[in-house]
Amino acid sequence: MKVFEIVLLLSLVVCAVSVAFTKDLLTSIVIFMSYSLIMCVIWVLLQSPDLAITEAAVGAGVTSILFFVTLKKIRAIRREDGHEQAER
Amino acid sequence: MSRQRDDYENSRWRKFRSWIDGEVDPLASGIMIQPPKAPIEKRIEKPKTENPVTLQSESIQDKDREWNQTPEEKKDPEGRGIRWFCRFYQVMSVFLCLSIIFVLLWTIAYLPAFGNAGNPDNNEVSARYIEQGLKETGAVNIVTGMILDYRAFDTFGESCVLFIASCCVLVLLRIDAADGKGSFRDTKNRAKKTKGDPENNIMAEPEAVRTVIARKRLEEADDRLYEPKNDVILQKCACVLVPLIFVFGIYIVLNGHLSPGGGFSGGAVLGSGLIFYLNAFGFKKTEAFFTEKIYRRLTLCALTFYCMAKSYSFFTGANHLKSGIPLGTPGAILSSGLILPLNICVGLVVACTMYAFYALFRKGGM
Repeated sequence: MKVFEIVLLLSLVVCAVSVAFTKDLLTSIVIFMSYSLIMCVIWVLLQSPDLAITEAAVGAGVTSILFFVTLKKIRAIRREDGHEQAER
Repeated sequence: MSRQRDDYENSRWRKFRSWIDGEVDPLASGIMIQPPKAPIEKRIEKPKTENPVTLQSESIQDKDREWNQTPEEKKDPEGRGIRWFCRFYQVMSVFLCLSIIFVLLWTIAYLPAFGNAGNPDNNEVSARYIEQGLKETGAVNIVTGMILDYRAFDTFGESCVLFIASCCVLVLLRIDAADGKGSFRDTKNRAKKTKGDPENNIMAEPEAVRTVIARKRLEEADDRLYEPKNDVILQKCACVLVPLIFVFGIYIVLNGHLSPGGGFSGGAVLGSGLIFYLNAFGFKKTEAFFTEKIYRRLTLCALTFYCMAKSYSFFTGANHLKSGIPLGTPGAILSSGLILPLNICVGLVVACTMYAFYALFRKGGM
């Protein structure tokens, strides 16, 4: 169990650093999602399942969806726009 | 007094005020903007060859480069000074980051060890919550017992914060009906009305250009133009998953006093289920059961009920726990007095807020 915790914490650090260093905003949001997921598992290990459920729903779910929508609004995601134009 | 008033136009405060209001362009006096010359392009291309760019991030990198270009475009005689400043800026930012990391780690080193029995948070308050919590609140889940009974007024403040946050998003992102639905006709009508107005600069553009601009603005503002998407994979997934998500969310909300979870997490699950449904089937089908009116009524009712039920404890010194409702047997679904209805209220507010955030981001309205 100790090893598992250490692996989780290390991947947490790796995720946090790589969010800052990724050039692509979309990728960094996906990494941020995985950060929340790892945090969720850590909450379970720390025996607070209430926080784990909230972290999974809010951190990994709603927040990143809002980030995606914002990216689309500021036109940082270009590909989907081109796809839609090609459809019409 | 009169002298002060004379000086007001030239005073520092007045300058600051005009800068805030946007009357003065701070760059106008100092820096000249000139078109870039040939050697600059070479200098810009250099980093591109050094670190090859992947196709995906090209658009963002283009923007990045454009942004970085501007200080060089300005091309004042002190070009070297700006470059020196950029390097200094990088060094200082690294230094600042390192010092913040150092301070935070230093602070952590002084925190007591995790799970130590002698920690300051192991005091009589938590002992009372753990020992008497089940007897006094009737909630098997101690966390919910604390949040919604001992500290219910704090939770009321939290749900109000959520409501205020959604109000702020509404103020920022709301699109008026004139700009939204009937935008085409409205802009045309407005154009005809104001045609004789010489002050209006927009009128200088030809009609066709303006309608194109209006449509672009409309597309940006209102994502509904792209709907229905009718993505088969997404819809089939939604058919299977949305009922499960909803049932799970309702379970978390209703079982808040028995098992881990409660109003906030259950509400978040419900809200994300709503968002998923909206993504799969579009606004038209969602508006069949969830409109702005329903959102307003649900949020208002939930907050008012919560306020009515719990604000009395604030006036009685926040020490009055008995609600008059029998606590029931611990472990049964209908137990622990007011906690269950309060959980439902918080869940409704949270679910509505999450959905409202998403809808406002997508199309600027509910």
